[in-house]
Amino acid sequence: MGKQKSAVEFTAQVIFLLCAATAIAAVCSITFYMFFKGTPALARVGAGELLFGTVWQPTAAEPSFGIFSIILTSVVGTALAIVLGVPVGILTAVFLTEVANKKLAKIVQPAVELLAAIPSVIYGLLGLMLLNPFIYKLEKMIFADSKTHQFTGGANLISAVIVLAIMILPTVITISTSSLQAVPEQIKAASFALGATKIQTIFKVVLPAARSGIMTGVVLGIGRAIGEAMAINLVAGGSVNLPLPFHSVRFLTTQLVSEMSYAEGLHRQVLFTVGLVLFLFIMAINFVLAWMKKKGAQENG
Amino acid sequence: MMKNRITKTLAILAAVSVTAAGFAGCSNRSDASKASKDLSGTITMAGSTSMEKLANAFAEAFNEKYPNVTITPEFTGSSAGLEALEAGTVQIGNASRALSEDEKAAGIVENIVAIDGIAVIVDLENDVTELTSEELAKVYTGEVTNWSELGGADEQIVVIGREAASGTRSAFEELLNIEDQCRYAQELDSTGAVLAKVASTPGAIGYVSLDVLDDTVNAVKLNGVEATEENIASGSYALSRPFVMATMGEISEQEDLVQEFFAYVKSEEGQEVIRQIDLILPE
Repeated sequence: MGKQKSAVEFTAQVIFLLCAATAIAAVCSITFYMFFKGTPALARVGAGELLFGTVWQPTAAEPSFGIFSIILTSVVGTALAIVLGVPVGILTAVFLTEVANKKLAKIVQPAVELLAAIPSVIYGLLGLMLLNPFIYKLEKMIFADSKTHQFTGGANLISAVIVLAIMILPTVITISTSSLQAVPEQIKAASFALGATKIQTIFKVVLPAARSGIMTGVVLGIGRAIGEAMAINLVAGGSVNLPLPFHSVRFLTTQLVSEMSYAEGLHRQVLFTVGLVLFLFIMAINFVLAWMKKKGAQENG
Repeated sequence: MMKNRITKTLAILAAVSVTAAGFAGCSNRSDASKASKDLSGTITMAGSTSMEKLANAFAEAFNEKYPNVTITPEFTGSSAGLEALEAGTVQIGNASRALSEDEKAAGIVENIVAIDGIAVIVDLENDVTELTSEELAKVYTGEVTNWSELGGADEQIVVIGREAASGTRSAFEELLNIEDQCRYAQELDSTGAVLAKVASTPGAIGYVSLDVLDDTVNAVKLNGVEATEENIASGSYALSRPFVMATMGEISEQEDLVQEFFAYVKSEEGQEVIRQIDLILPE
């Protein structure tokens, strides 16, 4: 009887171990594969020329593989999306937890959750149909007298940033909301007791107290924005240019999406390097996240 | 005695040759019946997205004739298809461009099965109906940026094209001699996307395969020549390219099934399939 039980225990343990090993094996093999496939091009093209060159002509007679504009677009595009999306997200979270009455919060909360569940291609489609024509009108007004501006038809960095900003909202709102809810009532009560108004309490007491949780939300938002491909592929225009607002641009992700299927030889290897760069960005973001969680735990402890 | 021997030898020789001829006749006959009835198996092909219509049409028509044969076309892009062919994972690699010297050196044989025309398209509102090759080149290199310079309304030109490694793009740029000088406002990764964008963007210009052209856009005349099948076959239309079904080694070195497929492509029925999807026959 006892022997039988220990056999069951043992089998269960092995199954658990195998499951855990799957995840680790996946991470290790992906990491290995990305470095294995991504580094040869660095050597063949030259790391400096590849990472800091600005001319992307992979199929020319004398090909040029500079992905600096693409890296910069991902960084600038993500940063702008954060600048636009994070304040809206945090204030929505404040509204949900501190300001709105319960009935209203019950309407907004599911709406936010639904926003998170919408597939990214739908965001792209709406951006394509609604946002691009609108941005093109704006572009025509702003550059009406310009002789040098290349008209993008509304598919440019601004459109991509707006779409990204909306897409990171659910992440920022959900995580900020839960960290705001975790702020102890006593702190707020103390603030009120000292004569602070509700707004003063929110900005001087509640938000600082929830800071580490909110930052986690922001970093996750950055991760989502930098890894997004489908939606911005539809609205960003897709030419390799420096990331200025009305330039047609290409992100690290869309670079892979649009050229992988047709690329050959060195061009294909360079695309793996692009993938590697993207992978390193995501890794960096995850390390920042882990570090912040640790720090947050220390502060709270 | 001597004479007898010679007669004997001759008789034996005659008998042998007759038997051989008989055997040959038999095997020929059985081959033919095998081809029409017992042909079965799978033909794998991969490659150009531009050749999707063509590959699917052939897969369907061939399957109708030989129900036991399935063709499984995949659309991974010209280069990916040729790579798969070289790696031996497919039997036929579809490419919507001529093969490069490197690819030919690797033993890949270029079998041109059809010719495709590239149509230059503008949105329906645009009243420019005709361009010259030079004008088109200037539009794509960014020298001309407003339709008014081409006899149209005062509307900015939104230059739309395909991504760098696309077969359509390389064909387009090569045929106009503007390789890698193009200034695209938008680089899209599929034919359908170009069509949709041009249709929905005022002042847009783009290029797509002739066979996907529909009435959501206008095709412009090039050097006074309309983008039609006759004009492309006759060579008077400037923008056309080959559709290649490449094999590793000559067709005659392929498996029977693949040989049979190419025989079908070149047959009257096969040629009809090509014609039906608005492609042009080679030669």
